[in-house]
Amino acid sequence: MNLTLRVWRQAGPDAPGRFETYQAADISPDSSFLEMLDLVNEGLIEQGEEPIEFMHDCREGICGTCGIMINGQAHGPASQTATCQLHMRTFSDGDELVLEPWRASGFPVLKDLVVDRSAFDHIVEAGGYVTVDTGSAPDANLIPIPKDTADLAMDAAACIGCGACVAACPNGAAQLFTSAKIAHLNSLPQGQAERYQRTESMVDVMEEYFGSCTNMGECEAACPKGISIDFIAMMNKDYRKAKFQNRRSA
Amino acid sequence: MATKVSDGPGAATRRAPFVVELYRSALGKKYVMAITGIVFMGYVLAHMLGNLKLYQGAEEFNEYAEFLRQLLYPILPESATLNILRLVLLLSLVGHVVAAAQLTAMNRKARPERYQGKRDYVVADFAARTMRWTGVIVLLFLVYHLADLTWGWVNPAPEGASVYDKVIASFSVPAISAFYLAANLALGVHLYHGVWSLFQSMGWNNRRFNHWRRTLAIGFTVVVVGGNLSFPIAVLTGIID
Ligand code: FES
Repeated sequence: MNLTLRVWRQAGPDAPGRFETYQAADISPDSSFLEMLDLVNEGLIEQGEEPIEFMHDCREGICGTCGIMINGQAHGPASQTATCQLHMRTFSDGDELVLEPWRASGFPVLKDLVVDRSAFDHIVEAGGYVTVDTGSAPDANLIPIPKDTADLAMDAAACIGCGACVAACPNGAAQLFTSAKIAHLNSLPQGQAERYQRTESMVDVMEEYFGSCTNMGECEAACPKGISIDFIAMMNKDYRKAKFQNRRSA
Repeated sequence: MATKVSDGPGAATRRAPFVVELYRSALGKKYVMAITGIVFMGYVLAHMLGNLKLYQGAEEFNEYAEFLRQLLYPILPESATLNILRLVLLLSLVGHVVAAAQLTAMNRKARPERYQGKRDYVVADFAARTMRWTGVIVLLFLVYHLADLTWGWVNPAPEGASVYDKVIASFSVPAISAFYLAANLALGVHLYHGVWSLFQSMGWNNRRFNHWRRTLAIGFTVVVVGGNLSFPIAVLTGIID
């Protein structure tokens, strides 16, 4: 298949950016989106041009490194699919694809399609530690956890931190990411000791970098791991409780 | 380096009352949006139900208007309850609008550079994306509505007309009726997202009941807006006169 790409090119964080048009010729429908970009880049390198900078690592949808705004959708049109897992058969021959980086003040563009997502690291850092028993390794399943609870925590822990929620959100809010990170610990017995301190700190840091949720649900639709906005509601409730609990203990 | 949108609620060093501390955060402001929203839901529902008395005729309707002034009288002075309710509504309105303005400012800062390509929204519906605009339309309408029927400044009826006559006089003018109809449609769009959204903001989430939230939002919107739309239409078509 042959495609026309309009790619955001930006030389550096403060440089002005613009769309450039490239042709992707003879692309196999079975190749992945990033393989297609690799081919385009090989062509660019042969012509002595700067290749298109994009992020990738595992290429199997588990690391959360990749992420491109494709035709106005984070990670492109396929649902629950990271950019690296997107196949070219999703598109048709002759399509024009518009490629842009995530846009949010918390995610400044470094180069072309690459953004700096360290704001997410700051949110996770703010979560602090989880107290655990040290000493000899405990027996497995020593702490009884109901299946439903374990499943819920696992659903939240599926977040790979790619930032598609922020990119897709019309408000540039990071509620889905933060709530998933909070929920996977808050719903388990092991996470109870620091529950309220963690909730308050993480939300506070989130608000330093990102916008505020208006419950539109775009994040959930864009999330490659299908994380539910139910976690956002859980976070909203836990934050209120945290504010109250943390006052009593302060 | 990621640029900060604000110093965040954690930056405050002085201890303040619980409500103030909560309000410092965007999540707290969302609570204000939701709780004041619930106050308005109660109000628009009661307002619509009360106005159904229009269909029972002038006497019943004027009596109802008088009854509102006599609420809890003689325990409290005349009109006292009504004025307390008005004060609650006014404070809610201030809270709803101020929190919305602050959150909007925060969201603008969170994406200073917009997407240059066309966005393709998957689930964010028209109602959710136009809350600010439908909110402003309803607010402007509210001012007009008060000036028309509460204060009587712009009402076409002669001085000293009864409440019922004022309503009929206003709605008999097609342009005024059209404005009422349009504003109520905006209210409907606002309610459709708002009623659903408040459950998320308040953290009222239970997977067993979640699917009812949309049903409730639609049902509530249809009842309130349907009732409201019927009044100007009834006057224009001569069902009530
Ligand atoms: S490259 Fe690892 S998730 Fe896409």
